[in-house]
Amino acid sequence: MSESGTARAEILRRIRTKLPPQTESAAASYARVPREYTQCGSLDHEAMIDLLIDRLVDYDSDVLRVPKGGDVSGAVAGLLAKKGETRLIVPPQVDPAWVPAGLDLLPDTPPLKTDAIEGAQAVLTPCEVAVASTGTIILKHGPVQGRRVLTLLPDHHICIVREDQVVESVPEAFARLTGTGDAPLTTISGPSATADIEMTRIRGVHGPRRLSVILIGL
Amino acid sequence: MSVRVGKTATAPAFPVAAKKAMQDDQLRRNVHHATSVIRGKRELRVAEMPDWQRLRDAGHAIKDHTLLYLDHYLEMFERNCERAGGKVHWARDADEANAIAIQLIQRYGGTEAGGIEAIKVKTMTSDEVQMNPALEAAGIHPYETDLADMIVQMGEDQPSHIVVPALHKNRHQIREIFIKKMELDSLGDQPADLADAARVYLREKFLRVKIGISGANYAIAETGAVCVVESEGNGRMCLTMPDVLITLIGIEKVIPTFRDLDTFLQLLPRSATGERMNPYNSLWTGVHPGDGPQAFHVILLDNGRTELLENERERETLDCIRCGACLNACPVYRETGGHAYGSIYSGPIGAILSPQLQSMEHSRSLPYASSLCGACYEVCPVKINIPETLIHLRGRVVRENQETFLGSIAPENLGMQLAAHLFTHPDEYEMAQSLAAIGQKPLMRGDLIGPLPGLLGGWTKFRDLAPIPSQSFRDWWKSREKQQHKEAR
Repeated sequence: MSESGTARAEILRRIRTKLPPQTESAAASYARVPREYTQCGSLDHEAMIDLLIDRLVDYDSDVLRVPKGGDVSGAVAGLLAKKGETRLIVPPQVDPAWVPAGLDLLPDTPPLKTDAIEGAQAVLTPCEVAVASTGTIILKHGPVQGRRVLTLLPDHHICIVREDQVVESVPEAFARLTGTGDAPLTTISGPSATADIEMTRIRGVHGPRRLSVILIGL
Repeated sequence: MSVRVGKTATAPAFPVAAKKAMQDDQLRRNVHHATSVIRGKRELRVAEMPDWQRLRDAGHAIKDHTLLYLDHYLEMFERNCERAGGKVHWARDADEANAIAIQLIQRYGGTEAGGIEAIKVKTMTSDEVQMNPALEAAGIHPYETDLADMIVQMGEDQPSHIVVPALHKNRHQIREIFIKKMELDSLGDQPADLADAARVYLREKFLRVKIGISGANYAIAETGAVCVVESEGNGRMCLTMPDVLITLIGIEKVIPTFRDLDTFLQLLPRSATGERMNPYNSLWTGVHPGDGPQAFHVILLDNGRTELLENERERETLDCIRCGACLNACPVYRETGGHAYGSIYSGPIGAILSPQLQSMEHSRSLPYASSLCGACYEVCPVKINIPETLIHLRGRVVRENQETFLGSIAPENLGMQLAAHLFTHPDEYEMAQSLAAIGQKPLMRGDLIGPLPGLLGGWTKFRDLAPIPSQSFRDWWKSREKQQHKEAR
């Protein structure tokens, strides 16, 4: 890449010669960007959770509610039983209390090989934050929410969302994520889908075909 | 420097290609159906947002600001991306970008002939630089993994839409392509059957191929993170499964901060596919031990973009976030489809972007491929004033034509010069008007002017032209004044 240094200098030079001279600093100019759009939601907690459920269901996700201290592992077992799934992946630091007994459990410790992940039927993770208005769950990948590949290859993703992780709007979600470090993020809104053929929405192209969300009450 | 935008250098002029496209009824039906569906969904999802106009204002302002400090933000992105283990390369034009990609792929994948494969997630920028033919010429096989892009690649076709590149094909046409290229004995014709075939065909590649190539929707200066917006999961596959990831980014894709994403992730999905949020967004920063590609290279591409920075009107074109809303809204695009534009960037945004990237050397007919109805401006999530830019570019084309000898003696130029003279000389204008009122008589068909001969024929081919009235307004005004004068006496 011996040319790249030259290219870098030339592109930066072109930018500087073409642009009008600026009288203020980038930071001062950036501070003047108008952001008068809605930053915070206005719904009460119950209405916000209802909105999230409505959005999740609209995008073909299964939703279950479990009260605080309720039977999460039972809910997980129920979701797996629907399609007779038994091979479940769990990231290293997932709460063991969530995991039902009697499964062919695949803990990602040490890291699973690709064919083992490919051979699993489901994966169980928590999330970092969920957005009610768009029905989006956001994963911050690491030992708790898993490596990216874990929630990509299995056909069924079960995601556990604590109700205190739910915000109403996209800006609130990004405010919560700011400063949480460099870990990769994936935002998930329903199962994998395409509308490339005659604009007909088809579920489950390459990512998980099913998304189930378990909401744990405050 | 040789800027290449798809195959624009050899593409026919828009009116020629458009005429051919408009004779293809199947294509027009397919395009009409797809654009109508997306328009309907977009309207629904935009109507849900009481703060839509304020979001547009913010999106426009962030882009505007970033372009004014582009060098600052590109250097910041480079610093933070490399701090996190990425490597940033700079490419002045299409050839340089392709050369960097080929060198990297050969460095990691070896150089034995016919051996190296790469998986690609949809990237308009790589279509712009014609990366696939360049890779193939170097013995590298790129597999497009976005369903629509795969249809285009397998059909040896060109993309016809920024977001839905194969919207000109219906399911039956796609089925034929899949049966032939995937060597299948049988295949259903339902969209789900076709998506399943793609899933099976590509899963093997996702698990095996070691090099991934992507574009990017956003590059975040503050953190060095890159963001890819998609729906199928093929993006996640290409960004996660390979050992090596090469990401091609147009320099205008940089945004200042992580928080800016909250603006664009509200604007883009609703504008592009009419969804509250697209199924997947991936954000990553450099390399992460144990998770995803362990080598990450970014190619920052100029390819004519810096030429647009000087003029404010032209600079705004670089605000584009490639949502395709202007294509779906455009009455011209909806009739002709994307291929008529002769560029991988079609529709209203293509009509201003393609010619400008190439310093108006190619695609000079595109600024005229518009009715100037303003629908593109209405739907643009970052408020690019496309109609104003079309007019601005038409002005450039005319001025540049006038500067050539043939252009200076062209009938259109002479006619316009005459008109300009008449409009500034009232007596001569009035005389010309009364002469024209007499002269038009042989051309009248009933109450209207029929097909005109020669150069003026273009105007009357598809339009009725009202004749010049026998009494002009000025004559009527004068006679009225005379009458009042008489009555006053």
